[in-house]
Amino acid sequence: MSDTVTYVEAIRLALRTALGDDERVLVLGEDVGGGGGAFRATAGLQEEFGEQRVIDTPICESAFTGAAVGMALDGMRPVVEFQFSDFLTSGMNAIVNTAAKMHFRHGLGVPLVIRAPAAGGFAGGPFHSQNPEAWFLRTPGLKVACPATAEDAGLLLGAAIADPNPVLFFEQKSLYTRVKGEFTYDSSAPLSGAAVRRPGSDVTIVSYGATLHLALTAAEGLADEGIDCEVVDLRVLCPLDFDTVAASVEKTGRCVIAHEDYPDYGVAAELAARLAGELFRALDAPVGRVGARFWPIPFSPPLEQATLPTAEGIAEAVRELARF
Amino acid sequence: MQPHSGPQVLDSTAIADAAGLREAGYWLHLVRAVEAAGRRLYLQGRLPGSFYDGYGQEATAVGAGLALAPRDIACPVIRDLAVHLIRGITPAEVLRHYLGKAGGPMDGRDGNVHIGSFERGTIPMISHLPEMLPVCMGVALSRMRRGEASAALGFCGDGSSSGGVFHETLNLAAVWKAPLVVIVERNRFAYMTPEDKYLAVPEIAARAAGYGIRSWSGDGNDVLEVRSLVGAALEHARSGGGPALVELFTYRMHGHGAHDDQRYVPPGELEAWALRDPLLRWHELAVEQLGWTAADQQALEARVASEVAAAVEDALAAPYPDPDGLAASVFAQ
Repeated sequence: MSDTVTYVEAIRLALRTALGDDERVLVLGEDVGGGGGAFRATAGLQEEFGEQRVIDTPICESAFTGAAVGMALDGMRPVVEFQFSDFLTSGMNAIVNTAAKMHFRHGLGVPLVIRAPAAGGFAGGPFHSQNPEAWFLRTPGLKVACPATAEDAGLLLGAAIADPNPVLFFEQKSLYTRVKGEFTYDSSAPLSGAAVRRPGSDVTIVSYGATLHLALTAAEGLADEGIDCEVVDLRVLCPLDFDTVAASVEKTGRCVIAHEDYPDYGVAAELAARLAGELFRALDAPVGRVGARFWPIPFSPPLEQATLPTAEGIAEAVRELARF
Repeated sequence: MQPHSGPQVLDSTAIADAAGLREAGYWLHLVRAVEAAGRRLYLQGRLPGSFYDGYGQEATAVGAGLALAPRDIACPVIRDLAVHLIRGITPAEVLRHYLGKAGGPMDGRDGNVHIGSFERGTIPMISHLPEMLPVCMGVALSRMRRGEASAALGFCGDGSSSGGVFHETLNLAAVWKAPLVVIVERNRFAYMTPEDKYLAVPEIAARAAGYGIRSWSGDGNDVLEVRSLVGAALEHARSGGGPALVELFTYRMHGHGAHDDQRYVPPGELEAWALRDPLLRWHELAVEQLGWTAADQQALEARVASEVAAAVEDALAAPYPDPDGLAASVFAQ
């Protein structure tokens, strides 16, 4: 099919569409110009739109993110690429203190998108494999998206660029060339809403990002064992579509939350608390959580495999709940 | 300096300077009076948090503020209240802001030195220094892209010139030839720490050579010199010359905030710098160039006193913001 694209191609096409549609859109970051980006997400864009729209930066995340905040305050729509989401720490003040709090403090929106390639599974080691979404989710004023499909990569990026708030856009390195879909772009699409990716009746698996695909694999295997899983893809982590999760859990009475980030203190912890607090009567079993083990992501492949969640790990958590 | 000797015939430049000198005198006295009122409210226990003033450094903020063009953007920091006043935040708004009342530019969501009005040309700082340097640079870059002549005026102290963002931003601005002027206020202290504990070079402006950018340095207590140097640097930036660093030598006469008793200040320093007080310096110039009289001085002081008294009354009477609006303030719709 001619319009089938990979996840990273969808990112590139979304950037290209935004640059073409809206003069205010700029792309900046390390190696995004002639280099085309470490993951080729911006390949060809500088040639097409020029050095004034697709801007190479020195290695100075604080300064170029701060500059992008200023551009956004003045009405531009900068899209900043952090080469790896692990490097977000180097621009943290501009994101969590300057951008995130500006509307609250002074009534000014900061329409800034920060693209941050996240996730592990390729021997990237402790500084190229992290999933830092929870750092940002507990900062009021930031929106956070994490697409799991090529369709969503384009659709949610367009929505993020159109949003008047700072958005952390966590791309999944392990999906860049592994998943394909139709390129979808609609700048009026909402930057919100979970999706049911597989209907089922016995157990709900809530997931997002790369781990969604492990959850779907687990669900297929469990179907053969007679356990019918419903798989919910959160898509956008803030604002959180709890209603879709709740509707599913009302139906199944059982829920496992699976993501690559640590389940400790993160999305899974938040959802488990809300399910316990708001759906206690609907639950037939404790809420299960699956994610990375709570230590830095190690380099050596067997050590990394022992750290990150697996489809079998998710399946085992579901089986345990199904026994209640 | 020549003593003033009777009426003078002024040429047009001198007339412009005379008007500028009068204007600078108004802002110098106004900001000192606003800050004195704020300190008093704090010491009376009526002002929450603390009060941070720029006593002794007023000429830097006033001279720099007067050098700005309408579409320039400024990010003043702790000692630079005068820039906000010059750009149009009123004394009543300042005191409402400090008291946490409704009707300040941050509507109680933030306080003290974190003040600004983007539509009037200043960006409210965050506490982390000097994080606002790249932000104001981004605003001016955006305006230049649209064809507007605009420069960014970012302030920082000698203390925050040690931070990574200072160096990152000057390098980035140099590479991009961005219209950024960074003022380093050389006020000798980073909170309680004296400059010999954070500075290994005699002049911070000398670092400009390492970034390949222009620099100026001068007397931060001389309001006309400040206006002239900062004006030249802004024009350099606005006309495509790239960024500039301006180091202005001054002294922090008060503590970091009104809660700070300055026990760490070496004996004699405050007395020595009091002789170089920017308002005294201005007064000498006014006598010399404007024939400024004791009656003129009394009239100026009475004017700012009445403006500040009205501002205090307004701020004390103002209501507090409604907490019901907080949740809706988080995101832009």
